[in-house]
Amino acid sequence: MTAPITTTSMAPAGPVFPKKHYLNDGTTVRSWLLTHDHKRIAILYLISVLIALFLGGVFAMVIRLELLTPGPTLIEALTYNRMFTLHGLVMIFMFMIPAIPGVFGNFFLPIMLGAKDVAFPKWNLTSYYVYLAGSALMLWGLITGGADTGWTFYTPYSTTTTTNIAPVMLGVFVIGFSSILTGLNFIVTIHTLRAPGVTWFKMPLFVWSIYATSIIQVLATPVLGLTTLLVAAEHTFGFGFFDPARGGDPILFQHLFWFYSHPAVYIMVLPAMGVISETICAYSRKNIFGYKMIAMSSLGIAFVGFFAWGHHLFTSGQSAFDAGAFGAISMLVGVFTAIKVFNWVGTLYKGSIVFTAPFAYICGFLFFLVFGGMTGVALATVSLDVHWQDTYFVVAHFHFIMVGAVMMGFLSGLHYWFPKMFGRKYPENWALLAAGLIVLGFNATFIPQFLLGNAGMPRRYYEYPERFAALNVASTAGASLLAFGFVIIAIYLAVSLKYGEVAGRNPWGSRGYEWDVPSPPPTENFDQVPVFTRGPHEYQDIPEELAKVGHAI
Amino acid sequence: MQSSATARKVTAEGWLEPPPLPHHYDTVENHQSALRFGMWLFLGTEVLLFAGIFVGYFVFRAYFPESFEQAARHLSVKLGTANTLLLLTSSLTVALAHHNAERGKNRNAFWLLMASVVMGAGFLCIKAVEYAEKFREGALPGKHFRFSEITAPGGPIFYVVYFFSTGLHAIHVVIGMSLLTWVAVRCWRKEFSPGYYAPVENAGLYWHLVDLVWIFLYPLLYLV
Repeated sequence: MTAPITTTSMAPAGPVFPKKHYLNDGTTVRSWLLTHDHKRIAILYLISVLIALFLGGVFAMVIRLELLTPGPTLIEALTYNRMFTLHGLVMIFMFMIPAIPGVFGNFFLPIMLGAKDVAFPKWNLTSYYVYLAGSALMLWGLITGGADTGWTFYTPYSTTTTTNIAPVMLGVFVIGFSSILTGLNFIVTIHTLRAPGVTWFKMPLFVWSIYATSIIQVLATPVLGLTTLLVAAEHTFGFGFFDPARGGDPILFQHLFWFYSHPAVYIMVLPAMGVISETICAYSRKNIFGYKMIAMSSLGIAFVGFFAWGHHLFTSGQSAFDAGAFGAISMLVGVFTAIKVFNWVGTLYKGSIVFTAPFAYICGFLFFLVFGGMTGVALATVSLDVHWQDTYFVVAHFHFIMVGAVMMGFLSGLHYWFPKMFGRKYPENWALLAAGLIVLGFNATFIPQFLLGNAGMPRRYYEYPERFAALNVASTAGASLLAFGFVIIAIYLAVSLKYGEVAGRNPWGSRGYEWDVPSPPPTENFDQVPVFTRGPHEYQDIPEELAKVGHAI
Repeated sequence: MQSSATARKVTAEGWLEPPPLPHHYDTVENHQSALRFGMWLFLGTEVLLFAGIFVGYFVFRAYFPESFEQAARHLSVKLGTANTLLLLTSSLTVALAHHNAERGKNRNAFWLLMASVVMGAGFLCIKAVEYAEKFREGALPGKHFRFSEITAPGGPIFYVVYFFSTGLHAIHVVIGMSLLTWVAVRCWRKEFSPGYYAPVENAGLYWHLVDLVWIFLYPLLYLV
């Protein structure tokens, strides 16, 4: 009579891949392309942003190869200008801005709130297609029109260039619309679809940072939209709004442009900060230190970010008072960022650290954010900025934030949530190797650029004097290392999708709400409305079965 | 849309049953408030969109006060005022339509909405008359400017601001009219009831915003 019981207890103890989940709920192409499921839309975004990352990376490599020698190396000067325009636009509008909100925001925000979907699933899908349409328009314009203005479109060059930039401007406008829709959807979701028990201060910190990001997206993007329309109209119809010859004001363009594009930096970096707040708890096995401070500093950055745009205009004839005021306000961003960094380090302190690939990216993130942030404070100092304006120092600074911090956040999240999204584990050793390559390669690429900029090498130049050669070679070598790291990640993640070890519900023993649902989650996320009784980052009373991190080591 | 609406049942009061509650909401109220909140946020983005052009207006008015005054005198205050009255009245009818839809009086709401659409069309016609006049005079933006009566510098810039802001506004009027027509059709099908009227409210909110933007454009362009 005891036979059945013995049989069950002798069954393999490993986790079982769920039979029914969002990935196999409908297998036709149509069921993917017309899906309203936030998780499938997240996967669509993931595919698109990875393609964008690949394209942007290729353009970056072409730039670095061209700069390998002081003279012409690979491409012509005009092609070089087109290349950095392509690199900037693809990386910013097609990868960086939609990456973390579009992929992890879509996938995890509803689950973290205990909701079955975002507030407006149809608009969510619409925003994806608007993103695709805008990207296609922008790329088509860049390739056929050959815009060579750089991603900043500074007037009067952008309004007088012989290249055709109108489709590029309209493409950016359309992508901006997608960004607005995503942000709007997330804000409404957070306000209306929190499950019982998920009060504002029990929301995971990732949700808080997406909330702050969405506010910026909703408030800043329309201004960029208007600016791109004005530039397109000016270029096409000869309006003269930004053209001093007709009484226009090119500096007005810079004000309007940076009113969006400076907060846009926080659209990119805040979600990465949110990812780090999640992963740092999971891998130090400790409650987050200073939950409210981290949550509120996200809103602080979002708020202050709106009043910092003037630091891009220090050398544009801005009054000394304005420059000083904008410089001081910009430094406040450093204060809020420092609050976060201290809290993250406080979380690590006396934690039980598990050194996995996502944790390696956390380390990279902390270093790059602090280094990029400190150079940012230096750049916000007016007198120093006059020396560094438009040099490689600035290039290195914002790559430390945008590639360094944002990419580390993205990769940390991608590895941390990969088992949840696809139900399988990735090979930890390969991942650690790739993480090492990427962090080292990144430093090798951009630390020389700080030195180059300080020595006076201007950005966006096709050629440079002989004395800058050695550091440029170092930078290109670093970029190759970086590219190699990405190739390794692409290979092992692709292989793991099919052949990775089955992950089970919670391979990390994480306390985040999203780990309570199966991996991969079912289409409806939850069978019934969930009730969360614990906070999202509570590790003090870990149940026995979660006490050990089971994934890798 | 059409087929699903005809397939829906009719309640005792003669209303079509509201569409089923999306699966991820637990109550109708929650869904309605989400729709409303989403619309308010969207209106926020519209305000920011127009804010950019208002900033442009103030900057260039500060640069060229004389030509802005001269140019304003060449706009027809009569036509501008007529348009303002049209839009204000259309907002009133939209508000009344909302009031009626909320009480399930779909036919009243239909006629009121159609009245608003007609007034919107009237607004566009008057605007077209004004534009035609400007084209005849050569009072045009940027390099197309050849209007001799504005002697102070900055005339071309005024007409950039004028055409860009009123043009952007006109596009919004067209979108608003389409939205109002869409909810009017749904009123005709008696889809709204005290339990479900969010689309009327949201389309109305959008129309009010279109109105509001004009209320700022009108004095800045015609009167100041």
